[in-house]
Amino acid sequence: MIGAAARAVFAGLLLTFVLAPGIFAPLLAPLAPETGPVIYERASLLSLSLSHLGLVLAASVAATAVAVTLAILVTRPFGAAFRPLARSVANLGQTFPPVAVLALAVPMMGFGAGPTLLALFLYGLLPIFENAMTGLTALPPATLEAARGIGMTPRQRLLRVELPLALPVILAGVRLSVVIALGTATIGSTVAARTLGEVIIAGLLTSNTAFVVQGGLVVGLFAVLLHDALIQLERRLSGPRRGEG
Amino acid sequence: MARLSAPGLAFAVAGLALLTAPFMTLAANRIVAGDDIAAWAVAPLPETLPGLICIVLGLAMGLSAALPWLRLGGAAIGLAGAALLLAVGAPALLAEAGPYARVSPAAGFWGLLAVFLLLLADALAQLAPGPRARAALLAAGLALLGALLWSGALSDLSVAQEFFGRAAAFWRATLRHLALAFGSLGAAALIGFPLGLLCHRKAALRAGLLPVLSFLQTIPSLAMFGLMIPLLSWIAASLPAARAIGLSGIGFAPAFIALVLYSLLPVVGNTVAGLQSVPAAAREAARGMGMTSWQRLVRVELPLGLPILLAGLRIVLVQNIGLAVIAGLIGGGGYGSFVFQGLNQTATDLILLGALPTVLLAMVAAIVMDILVELAARRRSAA
Repeated sequence: MIGAAARAVFAGLLLTFVLAPGIFAPLLAPLAPETGPVIYERASLLSLSLSHLGLVLAASVAATAVAVTLAILVTRPFGAAFRPLARSVANLGQTFPPVAVLALAVPMMGFGAGPTLLALFLYGLLPIFENAMTGLTALPPATLEAARGIGMTPRQRLLRVELPLALPVILAGVRLSVVIALGTATIGSTVAARTLGEVIIAGLLTSNTAFVVQGGLVVGLFAVLLHDALIQLERRLSGPRRGEG
Repeated sequence: MARLSAPGLAFAVAGLALLTAPFMTLAANRIVAGDDIAAWAVAPLPETLPGLICIVLGLAMGLSAALPWLRLGGAAIGLAGAALLLAVGAPALLAEAGPYARVSPAAGFWGLLAVFLLLLADALAQLAPGPRARAALLAAGLALLGALLWSGALSDLSVAQEFFGRAAAFWRATLRHLALAFGSLGAAALIGFPLGLLCHRKAALRAGLLPVLSFLQTIPSLAMFGLMIPLLSWIAASLPAARAIGLSGIGFAPAFIALVLYSLLPVVGNTVAGLQSVPAAAREAARGMGMTSWQRLVRVELPLGLPILLAGLRIVLVQNIGLAVIAGLIGGGGYGSFVFQGLNQTATDLILLGALPTVLLAMVAAIVMDILVELAARRRSAA
């Protein structure tokens, strides 16, 4: 987690970069080729940022919904037969490099936002699934016993006891998944998805370091701030419960 | 009747459905889209029948809930059947096609491969073999895969053609990829262990350093690799000594340094966690025996913290094998150069030539490191 001052500075820097990149032109000029452009103008950084964050959001919401549902299914008695398999798939599946998932999605879906969305979704599933499964199986037995004792149905136990208690662990998985998705979406511009990676790639192709720095800084700042926001959310959600116990 | 395995039933249903999906594609050349061919039609029926029987038999053997060894055998037979179909199908399809024709595995093959690998994973999870048995199984699996590729049975496939067209470049890329992944692991260990040790001893350093390392970890890989370029160009431009050892803004150096930066958090964090996991009693006893602080570290703390230390190295190795692909974008070489060339030329086979070895390498590294972690943990609990 970063301090409040650093957070304000990062957020300010990011906003300026996205809304008024021209301000940084004098600073970046030494990095650009002698006659080349300094500020990326083929698309506005704002629209690229929105498209980038939109991809990450859509994939993460879908991955969270599917992964948590699957984790609930394999932690119920009728899904127990799938649990060992689920564990090894979650463990080995995460060794699949995200770039490989992205590259392998292209032959299936062609270029554009489609393969990027699919790769972000597939790769995002596993960390959330693994954490949700851990969260739902590592609950204090006394609490579950108590919930059963006061006559809660399985459905009530799941919604009122198990899921709320597992929430911080599930959120940690979502955070991991979002950070990876943000990075993979950047690479998505190599398969023609509209993301901030476009700026970096354009810089790499034309040896224009100014572009590389712009794209890199914006996407890096987004990642750091998003990561920080999710950590704070986790703390807020798990904080009061610790006091009760 | 024996009890049915629920995952086994799911695999059988999925497997039979996939058997009706296109198993291979035949294209007139490298550019055009190919025609889909069903599994039973890739060659005359007498030739495809053994492969088809193996696949159905493998799926059936996976059904039993009580006999994990039988299921393991089923996975092996099923994989063999799928490979057999490719091996008889490729030459048969090429024989009837033009000189530039290409055959490649299609959705049906990849799906069946996934189903049988899942069956394998499920049977192994059931059997729960010890570390030594897992190592033996891994070695056997790799030997079989090596033999299959070496035998030339799959050489007619377009990925193999792509490989033969650039064998020298492939081996160069392999060496470069390994150098990036293992070299950065070594460098991160050299820097990270002492740093972790210092962090363990000095709480103030720990509180200051770990957030910075976790901050580095969140930066997206393409941004990190990209930002290394101006940084290293500047260093190379201002330090003649750095230029003399071949440091420059693009190529190996920026990729290597980016990977080392990503590796520091798992190494330092797990070193601290490993040392903190040493029971206070063990530490006290060592002190009571009159060991110096160095002896305590080497004889007590490191051996006891080893499983967690190794778990950190596992994270780094798997992560870096994957991230090294990005090096292909900044001229750093490795399998990424094939992946991104393939993406540029819309050449699926070239993408596969880069992506498949990366995935295999990452999985083997993960399995080997898991085995080492377990061996270290067993020694720890035996000690």
